Amino acid sequence: MGLFEKILGIFKKKDVTVETRGTTAPKPDEPEKPAVPERPAPPPTNAIPAERAPVVEGQTSAIPPDEKVPTTAQTDTKEVKPVSDKITAGHVHMSGCTGCEVAIADNYAGLLTLLDKYVDWVYDLTLADVRHIPEMDVALVEGSVCINDKISVEEIRETREKSKIVVALGSCACYGNITRFCRGGQQNQPQHEAYLPIGDLIKVDVYLPGCGPSPQLIKNVCVAAYLLLKGNADQQALATAYLKPLMQAAERGTEACFCDLMIDVIDQGLCIGCGACAAACPVRAITHEYGKPQGQRDLCIKCGACYNQCPRSWFSFDVVSQYEGIMETIDAAMQE
Amino acid sequence: MVSDNFLGNYASCVAARSTNRAILAGSQDGGIVTQLFAFALEEGIIDGAIVAGPGDEPWRPRPMVATTVAELLAARGTKYNISPNVSFIKEATRSYGLDKVGIVGTPCQMQAVRKGQLYPVGLRDVPDKIALAIGIFCMENFPYQSIVQLVEDHANTKLDNVTKMDIGKGKFWVYTERGATVQLPLKVTHKYEQPGCHVCLDYVANLADISTGSVGTPDGWSTVFVRSKKGTDIWSKALAAGCFETKPIEEVKPGLELVTKLATEKITKNRKTIEERASFGVGKGLRNPYI
Repeated sequence: MGLFEKILGIFKKKDVTVETRGTTAPKPDEPEKPAVPERPAPPPTNAIPAERAPVVEGQTSAIPPDEKVPTTAQTDTKEVKPVSDKITAGHVHMSGCTGCEVAIADNYAGLLTLLDKYVDWVYDLTLADVRHIPEMDVALVEGSVCINDKISVEEIRETREKSKIVVALGSCACYGNITRFCRGGQQNQPQHEAYLPIGDLIKVDVYLPGCGPSPQLIKNVCVAAYLLLKGNADQQALATAYLKPLMQAAERGTEACFCDLMIDVIDQGLCIGCGACAAACPVRAITHEYGKPQGQRDLCIKCGACYNQCPRSWFSFDVVSQYEGIMETIDAAMQE
Repeated sequence: MVSDNFLGNYASCVAARSTNRAILAGSQDGGIVTQLFAFALEEGIIDGAIVAGPGDEPWRPRPMVATTVAELLAARGTKYNISPNVSFIKEATRSYGLDKVGIVGTPCQMQAVRKGQLYPVGLRDVPDKIALAIGIFCMENFPYQSIVQLVEDHANTKLDNVTKMDIGKGKFWVYTERGATVQLPLKVTHKYEQPGCHVCLDYVANLADISTGSVGTPDGWSTVFVRSKKGTDIWSKALAAGCFETKPIEEVKPGLELVTKLATEKITKNRKTIEERASFGVGKGLRNPYI
């Protein structure tokens, strides 16, 4: 729990409106009550768009004397420097199991380094008390979109409009994954039965597949996204080369399953029986027959891990030949 | 650091063989892989290694996680057919609980390992646990059924009686318990190769920490390329511990020249194959995995 408190601490430091909103802010339909003022606005990079903030008209920014805000000044000073060249990112939760978000948190101290040095986490239903999707550099979208749910459809459209880079985080967002098998009937919305990968509704820039996506791939993509948006020319070139296969994966489409290995690798005479697919499969559906992968297709959850892990699905000599340097760069970036 | 178009990047290249007689007794050539893993295991550099262990049928390898020297010894020697070693790479960190994993594999398997470290799609917590990746030179590999075909049909020898197989001097060699030796010209073996090998652009495992193979050195010795920082560190420790007898590669025959020749031949041929695949059909081509 220590980690969780630390993370929450960070968000509280950054967004001091957290405590007041929702608890003490008066409802618009109670005008007779004296307005309880909002606390001072958060730092500019975290600013919630004015039209979205639940601010009551006529509020002043004065702090009542009995409000306890002793640490505000101190924490604001701490944040001034590092915030300046961070990118803004957030987690958009569509229909997923939150496993992808847990995978983000599974970077442990690495997540704190990411938040300290590179990323302002501006939106996240689980971790940041921001109710509406703000403008952000990178949106990490978890889950597929339930097209029977108006709000989900609105939010995925809004995510695209407000984000520079949309990353499909995890296999549900990329390929539908386990939500492909939904037939509805679940409480309390039994009519919710049709789910689509986000790429069927919006343009997606980067795929980060996996069920769940590995914390290390999330870390690599986050550092690469930072270098792409804020780095020098060399760093941008490196980040572009690194992200290119994941961008091409996004262009390739929204369908995946073990069959991709058959269709695009084995049937094409490219398989070398290395075993990467079997290692990657989260449901142990892949064994080897005659040295080639054999999938139990009833077990396949359509996550696309096997295909994307295969060295013969896509392989970039430019990037992988530099594996040592790239891993050192990312490790150095993650040093506290 | 030498940077060669065909031999990849390497810090040093030597001829070497293990100083351990027990290892040499059953090894393919210089016992490099077994000796390195045994040393790394004893020194705590790795907790275990994924190797091609004995399978259910004669000469059919099965990937196994060796955590003792005895298990390493049981996996000595080259089996010229597919062992999906990479399939154990996550399992080794989970069921076996290894924090420092050794793995031996062909050049394509080294590519899979490095791609997996940079893009760990389904390899959670694996990337930082690869402590020593040893690559073996590889011209092509065979499915197990091709080995059955070659040994039992072409070489007319029961697989149970085979003591060693080897590819060298332009021939496929089968040695038996009773001392008989059968040699097949490689012209015969080519059609039984695994098709996926024909688009492979790596001969000497350019992405391994250390890569090794028989080509370039006399019988009983191996050519060793020391490549990465990890590889350099482990190799120097193993040398300091007296694990290997070495000779400068320049002083042995046939030397690096032959390695370069074969690497160039393989890669040039396979580049041509990739080009031909682009117009394989009529106005239609086959996939090229390289981007």
